[in-house]
Amino acid sequence: MGTLAFDIAHLLAGGLLLVSFMMIYQDRMFALLHVFAFHAVVLSLSVAWQAYNQGAPHLYVTAAIALVFKAAIIPIALRRIVKQLGVHREVETVVGVGVTMLAGIGLSALSIVLMLRVTAHADAFAREDLAFALSVVLLGLLMMVTRRNAVSQVVGFMSLENGLILAAAGAKGMPLVVEISVAFSVLIAFIVIGVFLFRIRERFDSVDVTAIDDYREVHR
Amino acid sequence: MGLTLAVLIQGLQMLLVVAVAPMLVSVVRKVKSRLTRKQGAPLVQPYRDLIRLMRKDVVLAENASWLFRVVPYLVFAATWVAAALIPTFATGLQFSWTADLIAIVALLGSARFFLALAGMDVGTSFGGIGSSREMMIASMAEPAMMLIVFSLALIAGSTQLSTAVQFLASPHVGLRVSLGMALVALVIVALAENARIPVDNPTTHLELTMVHEAMVLEYSGRHLAMIELSSALKLLLYISLIGCIFVPWGIADSDANASFAAYVVAVLLYLIKLSVGGVVLAVFETSIAKMRVFRVPNFVGIALMLALLGTLLLFVSMSL
Amino acid sequence: MSAVEFELLVAAVLLVLGPVAVFLRRMSWVSSFIYASSGGLCALIASVGAARLVARTGDSGLTLPLGLPWIGSHFQFDALTAFFLVILGIGGAVVSLYGIGYGRHEHDPMRVLAFYPSFLGAMTLVLLAADAFTFLLSWEVMSLLSWALVLTHHQETNTRTAGYVYLVMAGFGTMALLLAFGLLAGSDGHYAFDTMRGAVRSPTLAAVILGLMLLGAGSKAGLVPLHVWLPLAHPAAPSHVSALMSAVMTKVAIYGFIRVVFDLLGPSAWWASPVVILMGALTAVFGILLAMMERDLKRALAYSTIENIGVIFAALGLAMAFRANGLTAAAALAFTAALFHVFNHMVFKSLLFMGAGSVLTATGTRDLDQLGGLIHRMPITSFLVLVGAVAISALPPLNGFASEWLMFQAVLMSPAIPQDALQLMIPAAGGLLALAAALAAAAFVRIYGIGFLGRARSPAAQTAVDVDRFSLMAMGTMAVLCVLAGILPGMVIDAISPVAKAVLGGQLPLQTHEAWFMIVPIAEGRSSYSGMLVLLFIAVSASGAAWAVHRFASHRLRRAPAWDCGFPDPTPATQYSAGGFAQPLRRVLGTNILGAREVVVMPEPGDPSPARLTVTVDDPIWHNIYSPMGAVVIYVATKMNGLQFLTIRRYLSLVFLLLIALLVGLMLWA
Repeated sequence: MGTLAFDIAHLLAGGLLLVSFMMIYQDRMFALLHVFAFHAVVLSLSVAWQAYNQGAPHLYVTAAIALVFKAAIIPIALRRIVKQLGVHREVETVVGVGVTMLAGIGLSALSIVLMLRVTAHADAFAREDLAFALSVVLLGLLMMVTRRNAVSQVVGFMSLENGLILAAAGAKGMPLVVEISVAFSVLIAFIVIGVFLFRIRERFDSVDVTAIDDYREVHR
Repeated sequence: MGLTLAVLIQGLQMLLVVAVAPMLVSVVRKVKSRLTRKQGAPLVQPYRDLIRLMRKDVVLAENASWLFRVVPYLVFAATWVAAALIPTFATGLQFSWTADLIAIVALLGSARFFLALAGMDVGTSFGGIGSSREMMIASMAEPAMMLIVFSLALIAGSTQLSTAVQFLASPHVGLRVSLGMALVALVIVALAENARIPVDNPTTHLELTMVHEAMVLEYSGRHLAMIELSSALKLLLYISLIGCIFVPWGIADSDANASFAAYVVAVLLYLIKLSVGGVVLAVFETSIAKMRVFRVPNFVGIALMLALLGTLLLFVSMSL
Repeated sequence: MSAVEFELLVAAVLLVLGPVAVFLRRMSWVSSFIYASSGGLCALIASVGAARLVARTGDSGLTLPLGLPWIGSHFQFDALTAFFLVILGIGGAVVSLYGIGYGRHEHDPMRVLAFYPSFLGAMTLVLLAADAFTFLLSWEVMSLLSWALVLTHHQETNTRTAGYVYLVMAGFGTMALLLAFGLLAGSDGHYAFDTMRGAVRSPTLAAVILGLMLLGAGSKAGLVPLHVWLPLAHPAAPSHVSALMSAVMTKVAIYGFIRVVFDLLGPSAWWASPVVILMGALTAVFGILLAMMERDLKRALAYSTIENIGVIFAALGLAMAFRANGLTAAAALAFTAALFHVFNHMVFKSLLFMGAGSVLTATGTRDLDQLGGLIHRMPITSFLVLVGAVAISALPPLNGFASEWLMFQAVLMSPAIPQDALQLMIPAAGGLLALAAALAAAAFVRIYGIGFLGRARSPAAQTAVDVDRFSLMAMGTMAVLCVLAGILPGMVIDAISPVAKAVLGGQLPLQTHEAWFMIVPIAEGRSSYSGMLVLLFIAVSASGAAWAVHRFASHRLRRAPAWDCGFPDPTPATQYSAGGFAQPLRRVLGTNILGAREVVVMPEPGDPSPARLTVTVDDPIWHNIYSPMGAVVIYVATKMNGLQFLTIRRYLSLVFLLLIALLVGLMLWA
């Protein structure tokens, strides 16, 4: 597979992974949100390219949903939340950036080897999409685990979901209904988390999730 | 192609890089000045500076050893040889087989090694701070560079820069995500190695965060001129390297008996690439702030990680 | 007389020379005599070995009716042995030359002279041995003699500790080797290498043997985590012995590893190689990081030995990986790179240790923070050490770079390997090796910049003078070798090719016919390097530039006080110190990997006492593995101590109970 179509798909999917790494590296809240919006843009480009190649018009809808919700609405909303909560400082991490990056590289290597082994008979588009998608999902998880701040955990969760969409788009044939319902559930999850954020903040004067842990320890 | 012509073209390249290097620095400075609404020095200023420095007496610290006096020439020679081996406007140059990309990286390493030693030679605190920080940055940047070389060599099947550039210019290479990562990594390494913002500020003096300038603080006169010239050469080398790897089009192939016109076009294209590189660098430097010195390892570490990731991803695209 | 007989004879003479020295101890010329004759004999060893490699004289073997009565002692002389005999011979000869001068400063010379030649002889025997018994016996003799040499300055507490740790580790290593050879020999007891070579083994058994060899040979070579004795013992010995131990004895350990793993075991399963590669790469990074933090000149060099051993093992691991997949050409490339680095490390590490010895003689200290400015006081030594420092930092055009370059070429062959895991791991290991190389440059800028450049930090360093001409000649020889091997790498590669051919069945293409002394390991379109041309270009353009500048611009020069941004301070204490130079890297890498800590004690305002910065860097392996292990041993020993004070009846009942337990065990077993 050396065709241009494949190369572009590969580039976009790889780009998504790269942007995931950029998110891990960011240490300022607003910069993180910008990168997250960019993540969604790359995702929608990637999905749109898959739509064009597979001749599947409903994937265009997915791409559009990703672009509108994830690249515009959610980052803007998160930005407002961050402003209102006044947490636009540095992102607090549990372990150093370097260690997280190393772990991330290990995870991508793992998912690449695993996916290439498991999907030996699928076609190349699906294989590389799946390999990258799993890496993006794992990196999203990694981000959720290594961040103290609830907002950046939300971003991690959203990027994880982006990875799932990439996988779905590559795997040919997720029906539109499922798409839309997934998109809405994410939106709802976002709203719920947003409400929670405010509640946490009211209660603990901080969105640092360790505050909740401490609270639990005290009341055990 | 006759041997004379081959040697002639090689010689032309060697002269070209030395002649153009100060101009590149000058372009970067000019664009930076204009971006910050300043007039800026005329474009020939670096040449004037070099000539004036050359004519001045050398004021040598009392306990400077012979090493201190030899190093400027050594550093210049190593950088020049490295720059001469980069395909700037033509591949397959006469001496391009002398050393491959790994050796070019190592040659720059030699230059840095001696410069760092010279920083220690007089026994001042500024020299020490410069040398120790330079070596810290280098020990992150060099492995990153090596991994970039690995990526390239795995794509092109050769560490020989000429061959690799010919391969990259051919239509066999599609869009590779690894190449993109290698590009970002190489840009970071280039910024770090050339002591540019955000790693180091080439225009600061008397500030504790400076690295390269602190190391060469004791140099004066012709010695300083050689060192300024070599750092200009090094900047040119990295921009040419990025140019010939990622924008390899228009480079003449001297193995294939390129015509005279092809060489002329190639040289013009090369100069355009250089100026674009200079302008981009200036815009980038103007729009970003310098980092704390202990943030630098993280920044250069990114290059290391990206280059490693690029190498890993290469296996994905190769095994498909 | 066949080659093996000759080499054996020389080894025997060397072994006897030690006791002879004791008889001659009253003579004033004994020291010069012993060193000169050891040097001459080593030169003989090297020349016969070189004849095998270059002139391709044949192999030979010999069985002597010594040792175990039903086996006899087998000896062999093949390409692999010959290569390492060359390493031993060159190292021994040059270091002995150095010893002629350096030995005069020894205040109790018999403590060295009685063991020194025998140590060389024992190492020769290890290389010649062709059965398990002879090999282990010579190995043990070598260990004991080197232990005795480490204890030369036994009045110092540190030395005694070093000797103790070394003895324990050497014992452990020999035990691992013993088990490995036991498994190799099998239940039938084939102790001769020839019979071992033919045996068929299961992959699991081969892996266990490999693991034991990594422990046995690795502990002698200094592989992490078995390295802890090395930075204690190597520097504790007199400097020429340190040079021998670091430059030659570690290579004998590598010989043992190659002999068993490559020669006797044959191709191993592919999954065995990542262990070796990773261990090697991690050893390299870990060793050089510790070298970067070390204040003691000789200990820093010892840590750098650990790094180089790591590099060699990584290359050997690569060779194993290629070999397991039948990629003979690539395996030969990696193997050649490893052996080339063995040679290079012997050359520059002995040069550097001899340089450290000269500094020690001239100044009486090994503490970098007491040195400085030696380039003015000891110009020749300083220049020669500079050559060694450039070479060990893997910088072109010297020899360290040539082998490093070959190694990277081998790393780049990794796409040919079918296993995913290895494909992904080898470039990562290559990155680690590049990191180690870059850190080595930093470490040697530090060692050289603090120790030899700048201003003298102590009166001793201020009054130092260059050492005697024997020492300088020895260091000069090694420096010349550094340059020669750097600009003529093709000759070294060709000398290694019979070894690769004999061990792997494949070799690199011959290099000496390439134009411009180029080396082309695979194909010209792929990669080529010419150290000669690089040196020539640099020399021509540097001198050309210097000439042009002096001729057309200016050649005037004024001496003035250092500028230092307008704040020159006459006290040398304001220079960067060894710890200060290491600070950036200590913060970046040391905090996580070595657990480096900085404690700043700032006195209250008005308190005239000085502020203190205390830095602690510890080897985490020592803390996390050895200290707990030692604690367990002491705990158990204390508990068992009670057994020494029992009544006879109790002892008898213990024996009785043990007997019963054995019988029950036998019953259950049978």
